[in-house]
Formats: sequence, C-alpha cells, structure tokens
Amino acid sequence: MIELLLDNRDLFITGFLHTILLFLLAGLGALIIGTLLAAMRVSPVPALQLVGTGYVTIFRNTPLTLVFFFFTFAYPRLELVNVSFFTRAVLALAMYTAAFVCEVVRSGINTVDVGQFEASRALGFTFSQTLTTVVVPQAIRSVVPPMTSVLNSLLKNTTIAAGFSVLEAGQITPALSERGAPLLIGMFWIAVGFGILVVPLTATQRALEKRWSVAR
Amino acid sequence: MSSALYDLPGPRARVRNKAIGVLAILCIVALAGFVGYRFWATGQFEGPKWEWLLYKDLQLQLFAALGATLGAFVVAALLALAFGLLFAVARLSEHWWLRTPAFAIVEFFRAIPLVVMIFFLFYAAPQAGITLGVFWSLVVSLTLYNGSVLAEVFRAGMQAVPRGQREAAYALGLRKNQVMRAVLLPQAIQAMLPTIVSQLVVLLKDTALGYLITYQELLNEARYLGSLTEFGRPIIPTALVIGTIYITLCTALSALAGYLERRSRRTGRALPTPDARLVTAELAT
Repeated sequence: MIELLLDNRDLFITGFLHTILLFLLAGLGALIIGTLLAAMRVSPVPALQLVGTGYVTIFRNTPLTLVFFFFTFAYPRLELVNVSFFTRAVLALAMYTAAFVCEVVRSGINTVDVGQFEASRALGFTFSQTLTTVVVPQAIRSVVPPMTSVLNSLLKNTTIAAGFSVLEAGQITPALSERGAPLLIGMFWIAVGFGILVVPLTATQRALEKRWSVAR
Repeated sequence: MSSALYDLPGPRARVRNKAIGVLAILCIVALAGFVGYRFWATGQFEGPKWEWLLYKDLQLQLFAALGATLGAFVVAALLALAFGLLFAVARLSEHWWLRTPAFAIVEFFRAIPLVVMIFFLFYAAPQAGITLGVFWSLVVSLTLYNGSVLAEVFRAGMQAVPRGQREAAYALGLRKNQVMRAVLLPQAIQAMLPTIVSQLVVLLKDTALGYLITYQELLNEARYLGSLTEFGRPIIPTALVIGTIYITLCTALSALAGYLERRSRRTGRALPTPDARLVTAELAT
C-alpha cells in the first residue's frame, strides 16, 4: 500500500503542495475581498450597498466550475495581461469564496446586539469607530465556526482546478489512472492527505474559540 | 439591523455619502466600461460571434444540454433528500450499531472533496468491476455529498425542536418511530426548509462538475459551441449565455429559499436558536 505512495511521490508532493498554495493564496484574497464587501454592504452609502449585494448575488448563484471556465477559456480572448493557469485558479477561487466570506461576516455583524450599536452611537462614535472598536471584536467570536467551514469548503473546492490545467490534489486520480496504478489505494491516500490538511484548520478554530470564549 | 450602525445622516454626512456614492459608481462604470471595451475591441459583440444562436440544431442542442443539467439535478436532489432523511434518523437512533456507522458515513462523505469522489467513481470504480458511466458517477457523487450535508441539516432541525414536544408525544403514548415520524420530522422539515432549498442550490451548481468527466451538460455545451470555427470560436458569447442560464436558475431557487425563510419567520416556525442562520451556514457550506 505504501509502495503506491512512494512510487508516485512526485504526483502526491506536487499535487498537495499546489493545493496548499492555492488554498493559502485564495483564502487570503477571499478574506480581504469578502471583508471589504461586507463593510460595503453595511455602509450608509446606497451605491456601495448595491455593489456589495450585486457581487454576492452573482457569485453565489454561479457554479465555481463556470468561474474557472471563464478564467481559463474566456479570459485569454480578452487579450489582457497574460497570467499562468495557477494565478487564474487563485483569482477564480478568491472571487468566488469572497461572496461567502462576505455573508458570514455580515451575519456575524447582525448577531451583535442593537443596544451595542446604540450605546456606541450615544457615546459619539463614528460609523468606522463603532465598527472597528465595538462591533467587530464581538462579531468575530460568532464568525469563527462558520468561517472555518467556508475555508474548509475552499480547501475542497481547490480540487476543481484539476479540470483546468493546474496540477493539484484533484488531478492525482486521473494521473494515477493514466499510469495504471491501483486507484482504490490512491483514493485512500488522497483522503488521508485531505484529512491531514483539515486538522490545522479545525485546531485553529478550537484555539480561537477557546481564546475568545469570554462571556458576553 | 445594520441600519442601527449609524445615525440618520445630517447635511454634511449626506453630502459626503453622496460623494462616496458618485465615486463608487464611477469606479464601477469605469471597470465595466473597461471590460466592455475589451469585449468590443476583441470583437466579441460582432454579429458572426452570436450567429450560432440562430441555428435550430444548435438551439436544440442547447436545450438538450439544459435538460441534461436539470436531469442530473432532479435525480440527485431526490436521492439526496432520501439519503439525508434516512441517515438523519439513523444518527439519532438509540442503537449504537446504527448510530456509529451512520455518523462515520456522513462525516466521511462531507469531508471528501466532491471532485475527488466523482473522479473516484469515474476512474477507479471500473477497476473494481463497477462501471457507472458519466451520468451515474456524477449523480451518485452528488447524492452522497449533498445527502450527507442534508442529513446534518435534518438532524440539527430535529434537535432544535423544543424538548417538550418529544416529551408530550411520549406522554401521549406514541412509539419511538411515531414520535420521529409524526412529531419531530414534520417540524424539523418546516423549520429547515430554507436551508434545505439553499442546499439544493448548491447541488444545482455542483452539477457543473459533470464538465470535468465530460457529462454533456451546459458547460460542455459551452465548450463545444465556443470551439466552432465557423462562428469565430465564440467562447465568450457562449460563456455569457450559459452563465445567464445558471444565474437565472439558481437565483430562482435562492429566491424560493428566501421566500420560505421570510414565511417561516412570519408564521413563527423559525428555529428557536437566536443565530440559527450562522448554525445553518456552518452546516451548509
């Protein structure tokens, strides 16, 4: 069983390395874009709200495969800057996941008691002060578990890049099939790989929850 | 609720908000204009690139592809709902020999990336003598993954039904399976309906993964139409058309979910937990 892993270690190592890279870069991008979108959606400016809502509606209702499809096949036809398949995969994943990050952040803000907003306003805080010093520190606590599962599905979604010329963990099964290796064992090792990748995510979630588990 | 974040804007804030609004609109218009300009400059709006829409054969093909997408969706949705109900009940069973395997199966299929599952059924199962073909590889994978998520949704719903309901049912002399069937399940389904429908949206979107194993659904059709040289390889027009179809279908389903959620809140059948939305968001992704 272990022979399969050793014989095809090139596949497994590059595969999972690319998966991890895709996850980290796209995750960072999604967190930044998503938080900005959430800020836009709760801001007092109607135009910004509209942009945020539009973005979320479009991306939540589009299959990620289609976003990949667009970046892989349609983007080059626009004759813009030439970027690698990997960069395009990062862009597709980040833009898609950002919509879900935005929704999580926004519903996190909504779990904060209205009295908190009112109190900080009564104290003369501005919108951005209220958001950064009162609301976000409280919202972040209820946001951790759903955010972890958004990132978790991002990790799983990176495998879609396999269909679009990026060699990552999803590509291992077809590649093994081409080499004529026993796929049942290959599948077992892929599952183990993903199991290992999920562990740090859940561990971080536990640690953050424990650290922030102050009574409200 | 987020409107409580700021006071009603005064004259100065109104001017400032308007300025930011105008700036934001300008940015969006500039961005959209740039994309539109690139479309125009590379000839995406020229007649020949859209002519394929006028051919009856290609129209019929497009409808066939839409049918293939919807077919996979309907079959997988029905199977996933059945799978979810079965495993939710099994996970709440009093017998450990039913509860433990159900738990393991649900957790396993939730953790495995859907793509890996589809590739496994498509490439590996034939090695073990089971040839499913593209349609069933896709449908079975979708069923196992979404069914497992739905099982968790149903279970969370049944556990969120107030304790008194179950106790009252037992006190009336109902049996275990009557309590489950007649008291807990109907309330759970009613309370969880919005989440269930949102999960079906996820399922509909995931049928596009059939593209990876060449199931002849919408995305493969787009790839095919986009490679026709007689129309100047119109990949961008086809991507736009297919994208519009997907967005329309999913938005319609999402709107249904939104409607059901508003209705359940109005009729007071929403879950009693204060941040039920976060709980369900956690389960559904």
